[in-house]
Amino acid sequence: MDDLSPQSRDLIAVRDSRDRAAFGRLFDHFAPRLKSMMLRGGLRDGSADDVVQDVMLAVWHKAGQFDPHRADAAGWIYGIARNRRIDLARRRPLAQPDDMPEIESMEPDAAQILALQQEVRHLSEALARLPLEQAEALRAAYFDDTPQSRISEATGLPLGTIKSRIRLGLERLRHELRKIAP
Amino acid sequence: MTSIRHHISDDMLDAYRDGSVPHGFGVVIAAHLSLCDQCRARQEAQDMVGGAFLQRAEGASLRPDARERMMAALDLPQPSPPPRASGVFPAAVMRELGGRPPRWRMLGGGIRQQILSADSDGSLRLLYIPPGKAVPEHGHHGRELTLVLQGSFSDSAGSFHRGDVETANAEVDHQPLAGDGPPCICLAATDAPLRFHALVPRLLQPIFRI
Ligand SMILES: [Zn+2]
Repeated sequence: MDDLSPQSRDLIAVRDSRDRAAFGRLFDHFAPRLKSMMLRGGLRDGSADDVVQDVMLAVWHKAGQFDPHRADAAGWIYGIARNRRIDLARRRPLAQPDDMPEIESMEPDAAQILALQQEVRHLSEALARLPLEQAEALRAAYFDDTPQSRISEATGLPLGTIKSRIRLGLERLRHELRKIAP
Repeated sequence: MTSIRHHISDDMLDAYRDGSVPHGFGVVIAAHLSLCDQCRARQEAQDMVGGAFLQRAEGASLRPDARERMMAALDLPQPSPPPRASGVFPAAVMRELGGRPPRWRMLGGGIRQQILSADSDGSLRLLYIPPGKAVPEHGHHGRELTLVLQGSFSDSAGSFHRGDVETANAEVDHQPLAGDGPPCICLAATDAPLRFHALVPRLLQPIFRI
């Protein structure tokens, strides 16, 4: 599995052998990035640190569900962080889908894992090519994790405009992806 | 996995993703995602975009003792896990049921229901409809999402099987009819109280909470 990103490899080591050194590396890589995600989402400094701890602890406990056929480490950890942030803002926690079945028994399919890694690389290149306005709209929606209604309040733009900017951004992203990986 | 034909709309999935859906809709959507690989994959694809932003982000510095505290926390006992899926009920529904099987209330005509939650945000309930029976005709003040968990039903919008979701808006008056085969069990959520045309006078609606 040489094609895996170092983070996905570490996450698999945590999953399969509770490897604390690998977890330490994941923490060093993701915790500061997660903190900046939480700060951009409007959390104060101290509570952002606590939420990052929560998220990384969930990574440790849920690692058994990480499936490199379906996600890379960054996307999978982002999903956990996004849910945690949402629940902070809700009266009742948002209902979650069933856990994916644990995959210990499954034989890894190298071709599919490789294809996913490649897609992730292409996605990142395509993001870098987006026009600023669309990149910003996507970043507000994905990284800052601001509900579309709140982006609308903050910018004074109608909700429909926000939605169409995000859609345009995604459409453009698809277009760029087709250029990189026809 | 069976072939699911009626999915969650883009708008509804967006609202689920940004956490702005009312509680009942969240449960229906989570239950659908548990049964529908296609919508699950749509969700996961979105997380890949988020992951790409996370990967490119500039980090913010943590408290000096953050790493030490983190490593120490790994040995603390895990909080007890929430209820798991059981029978036809996905985990999100079992959680609403408190981990127990449904406790049905008779509604007449062999139809049963259990209200899982009801407040100003809307309602969430399980319905049990014997083959060939119809749910009393009703309209909505708001929107209604109905997910089939067992059996099937059909109405003017088509026929719905396990995993299918019907999305009805305020204008729709519909009368779902359960199909042949096992009794139809479905999970229905509204974002406003329902109004029934028959069976229960509207005056009683607040008391019966349906
Ligand atoms: Zn679906």
